[in-house]
Amino acid sequence: MSVASQAEPLHFALIGTPNSGKTALFNALTGSRQKVANYPGVTVERKSGMLQTPGGRSVNLIDLPGTYSLRARSPDEEVTRDFVLGRFKSEAAPDLLLCVADSTNLRLALRLVLELKRVGLPLLLVLNMIDIARRRGIDIDLDKLSAELGVPVITAAAVRRGGTDDLMRRLDELALATEAARAEAAWQAPTAGELRAAQREADRIIAASVRTPAAPDTLTARLDAVLLHPVAGLVILLAILFVMFQAVFTWAKPLMDQITAGFDALGVLSQSWLPEGLLQSFVQNGVISGVGSVIVFLPQILILFLFILLLEDLGYMARAAFLMDRIMGGAGLHGRAFIPLLSSFACAIPGIMATRVIDNPRDRLTTILVAPLMTCSARIPVYTLIIAAFIPDKTVWGFASLQGVVMFGLYAAGIVSALGVSALAKFMFWRESPTPPFMLELPDYKLPRPRSVLMGVYTRAKMFLHRAGTTIFSMMVLIWFLASFPRPPEGAAGPAIDYSLASWIGHAMEPVTKAIGFNWQINVALIPGMAAREVAVAALGTVYAIEGGKENAAQIGQTLAQHWSLPTALAVLAWYIFAPQCASTLAVIKRETGSWKWMAVTFGYMLALAYIAALITYNVAAALGAA
Amino acid sequence: MRVREPSMSEVVHMALGQAHRGFRGRITAISAAAETSGVPADELERRLLELGFTEGAQVEILHEGLFGRDPIAVRVNDATVAIRRREAMAILVS
Repeated sequence: MSVASQAEPLHFALIGTPNSGKTALFNALTGSRQKVANYPGVTVERKSGMLQTPGGRSVNLIDLPGTYSLRARSPDEEVTRDFVLGRFKSEAAPDLLLCVADSTNLRLALRLVLELKRVGLPLLLVLNMIDIARRRGIDIDLDKLSAELGVPVITAAAVRRGGTDDLMRRLDELALATEAARAEAAWQAPTAGELRAAQREADRIIAASVRTPAAPDTLTARLDAVLLHPVAGLVILLAILFVMFQAVFTWAKPLMDQITAGFDALGVLSQSWLPEGLLQSFVQNGVISGVGSVIVFLPQILILFLFILLLEDLGYMARAAFLMDRIMGGAGLHGRAFIPLLSSFACAIPGIMATRVIDNPRDRLTTILVAPLMTCSARIPVYTLIIAAFIPDKTVWGFASLQGVVMFGLYAAGIVSALGVSALAKFMFWRESPTPPFMLELPDYKLPRPRSVLMGVYTRAKMFLHRAGTTIFSMMVLIWFLASFPRPPEGAAGPAIDYSLASWIGHAMEPVTKAIGFNWQINVALIPGMAAREVAVAALGTVYAIEGGKENAAQIGQTLAQHWSLPTALAVLAWYIFAPQCASTLAVIKRETGSWKWMAVTFGYMLALAYIAALITYNVAAALGAA
Repeated sequence: MRVREPSMSEVVHMALGQAHRGFRGRITAISAAAETSGVPADELERRLLELGFTEGAQVEILHEGLFGRDPIAVRVNDATVAIRRREAMAILVS
């Protein structure tokens, strides 16, 4: 290879049906040299990574969203189609298509290969998971398959060490071949008749080149007998979710305590290093306590994503959608909405982005509308802080902790209201239109590859920290500024914050929030709470810290217990079930739905629900004499 | 809209959407009517074909949901597909 050719990287694209192990192959080929961005104009993730062939050629590999056909039906599949056909203005069509197929399940993949041949780009078929196929006694005649398809074929086992060596060696040959002229692009959306003909041809090729033993995968069948059982399956699904949430709270605790301790130490350090005054206040109250109060949730988010990624790689997520389809269908939701809604318990943003797997626009919109009602992890700090301060730590019914019961109740309220809102949306907007179909392949169970899962978790961590470092950090600086300026006049009596802009804003909102029992300090915290909910806690900390002196920030729970009545605390909890969500969620809704209207609808209905819920809670609690 | 009608020579016993758990058979025709699903008949037909529901394929109903025995998990040759009974009405089997 000459130096000149190394300077110009080739563009290869991975394409394949869902569950073909495409992403595992992508991870194995590119390692940690990955970049996640967005395609222009859409929020579909554009995953690319660099790799070096043994011959020294650089290749930019792109992982396209999975699809059964270029006949795109969802935004994800449209990206695949437009990219392959070179319709994106910003980037040329790839130099080579690597079509990835699950060796144990070739039928649909070979039909896709036949369709891809019409695109006219150099094409390679990668038979992934060849190790599993061999273990099951599936015998594939590679030469015959390649000759019949008219496409080079190579085997790979993405999850095995060295499983991609053959493929890497072959890439060098192909890198040279891609310089050959491309064929004419002749792809058009296939008709039903063409699909039938192509599938018949694919079936003929399989019959000619693949020998399958009589006994199919019995492990998946045996597992499904239990996991897809109408009753046992649902019980197990609930048990898995229960374990997941327990893990999120209990496993994360020690790590979170460590992070809190670390930031506290940092705060003390800054206090001793910096001279008393504005700069010290900014670093300690604005930067360290602000950012620390957000980063503390990293362990919970990571554990939740670890579970979600593990279940997905195991092949269980599709089963969960199957089990939940009818239950969610009753509320006007699609079975596939289960995965996005589950992700929304971590954060509504990945949840809303995950709705891209729902091909029907109506189902997708309903899911986007209710996703922010799922109790995201950003609400956890608000809940735990107030529960710890106001709900007595005692045991009820002989075994359950009262605090835990209240927490569960808050989650349940979120889920029930989500079902209610989606049923209402169905009734209001789509009464006339018929229910769209639910069709989903249930892949064989597979052991997840730790490296692939960890890489996924790592990507999420990076995204979260990036957010904490930008949006949330700037909001904290703003709050600190509002709470610190203007400075109190010389020799003024009372806390400095009483003279600040924050106090002025908080007091201005009092006429409206009085009915729901919110004082001006809560009002101040509500404003940054719209940038990111978890900031509300930090903002309360900042407001009370600046008001009462630094020592208060550490015992913010105690401070609240002194300043708030119980009805107020309960009203804040009720408010945050529906809390008008963070600005980033609204921005994602705007991008995903492509309309300001649906963003406004979401914001409006959540604000109304939050106010009504807080109003009822406050007045009922006050009437019952909780004050 | 082109809807493929099963020819007279084909023996059509029933729609897959009406079959019980444990049913085994072969697909004789994919015949989507306009009212079968929330998508146009031609679109439903193509989606079913893309998931491997083609004439001649072997099918078996492996699992059913709890409520209304819906949806169903269908073995289609060597793959398993989840589908609602409503859409499975377009799959004719014998």
